[in-house]
Amino acid sequence: MKILVCISNVPDTTTKVKFVENNTKFDTNGVQWVINPWDELSLTRALELKEGSGGIITSVTVAHVGEQSSEPTIRKALAIGADDAIRVNVESKDAYMVATQLADAIKDEVFDIIMCGIESSDYNGSTVGSMLAELLGIPSVSAVSSLDIEAGNLLITREIDGGKEVVTVPPPFVTVVQKGIAIEPRIASMRGIMMARSKPLKVVEPSAAEALTEIESFEMPLPRTACKFIDAEEAEKLIDLLQGEAKVL
Amino acid sequence: MAVLIYTENWEGKFKKLSFELVAYGAKIADMMNTSATVLSIGNVDEDELKQLGNFGASRILSVNNTALAVMDPQAYTKVIADVAQKEDAKVIVIANNNAGKALAPRLSVRLKAGVGACVSKLPVKLEPFTVFKKVYSGNAFANVVIKSEIKILTLAQNSFEFEETENTAVIENADVEVDRSLVQTEVKDVQKQTGELLLTDAEIVVSGGRGMKSPDNWGPIEELARLLGAATACSRPVSDEGWRPHHEHTGQTGKIIAPNLYFAVGISGAIQHLAGISSTKCIVAINTDKDAPIFEVATYGIVGDAMKVLPKLIDAVKAKK
Repeated sequence: MKILVCISNVPDTTTKVKFVENNTKFDTNGVQWVINPWDELSLTRALELKEGSGGIITSVTVAHVGEQSSEPTIRKALAIGADDAIRVNVESKDAYMVATQLADAIKDEVFDIIMCGIESSDYNGSTVGSMLAELLGIPSVSAVSSLDIEAGNLLITREIDGGKEVVTVPPPFVTVVQKGIAIEPRIASMRGIMMARSKPLKVVEPSAAEALTEIESFEMPLPRTACKFIDAEEAEKLIDLLQGEAKVL
Repeated sequence: MAVLIYTENWEGKFKKLSFELVAYGAKIADMMNTSATVLSIGNVDEDELKQLGNFGASRILSVNNTALAVMDPQAYTKVIADVAQKEDAKVIVIANNNAGKALAPRLSVRLKAGVGACVSKLPVKLEPFTVFKKVYSGNAFANVVIKSEIKILTLAQNSFEFEETENTAVIENADVEVDRSLVQTEVKDVQKQTGELLLTDAEIVVSGGRGMKSPDNWGPIEELARLLGAATACSRPVSDEGWRPHHEHTGQTGKIIAPNLYFAVGISGAIQHLAGISSTKCIVAINTDKDAPIFEVATYGIVGDAMKVLPKLIDAVKAKK
């Protein structure tokens, strides 16, 4: 069985978000780019599964839609342990376009398990994984908090409102993963970094897929009004303020 | 032409989230001079369905088919897409929760409809169709133009204020075929939390961080929550340490919530935690460190020891009852 992990290249979580060109473009100046945290956890789980599967899972491939500038992020995924990578050589425009490019790029290969993170930390759309499944005409399981192999069967846990369900679907399928899938992202070893340089990275030219949405402009959040401090000795006054002033009680 | 709203049900019942979705969809229908139609999938009785009419829907379509007992994204998508086409829906409204996130993207592909994901406001304008959404995990917002003929909006829970209206809705059984062969999800086991208020549904949340020092100190947090009808939550280190269950973890990698009131007790306010509560209307911070970043986003702050402050708050709430 082969696993495909889709990865997105996002600004580091601690980036000070700014915009340029009249608030229409993200300011990439001085930004550190990383593997989207959810995708990193999904890659970690994919590698754990491969190692623990006793040969059932033969390879872990990463796929990414983006220009050459995102190759350091792909190399990082290879250094962490992915066997090979696919990059669709085009700037990502929106979720539909990214999902379609991914689907077109992998249509001639069979990946039994496709793993996508629940959302990218930049666009927060939560859509690419399930779009990819619909484009490929295969099942998807969303809100996945664990993926295990037991007696040769793939058991998937999905979160539902107020609980969880353990489900199975026949492969190939897409899992959209979230909290719980892996605890800590795996870190690349020095040996991994050396090996990543010679692992295969296939560059695929884009298909004609177009975007259905477009960002017109960005806005910064309104500055919060300064915090009103209440003396700890008179903490009970807070309850009056929450009732009378903020009107939230 | 119509606005179509899909709402799930929870063991045959709707909840505030359903009414919020219907009211939001009905408002968009008003903006577009058309009507709002609701689609319900599952075994829901007529009195319950009728309630959806109290929030501005003019028609309520119900699909009740045993093949749909399990939420299978492919099978559900096909039903919603078929109804959307039959109704000539130009806008489809879905919740931005687990089920909604599983369905909206598949529906987008099937109908070639752009998604405005996790919106919290009405569209900014109809021509071109523009929505306002959170990006960069709450550190910014974007005006997004949806260029396709059909638009799908997923609404962030507890983000839209609404009222009840006069009910003139009609209830119908939707005439759609259900393709059993699409149902490939097989449920092997279900584990449910019972009797607890769901964190994502709660209007008030009392949350504790590492500053609580020990899992044995959660008594006052739970008591304050009980008195206020609130849910309890925690920060990531607390759930990682096993002091509290994982489903309470609030933050970028945990639950993302938007209550009216959030008590951050002994939580310093790391950027990842703030990403999970950025849409909260009023934040109260209680922390011994006056320089903790949580005070930068809080509306009210108390610098002090939670174990001394919480009992005072508990007494004050009791005195009001």
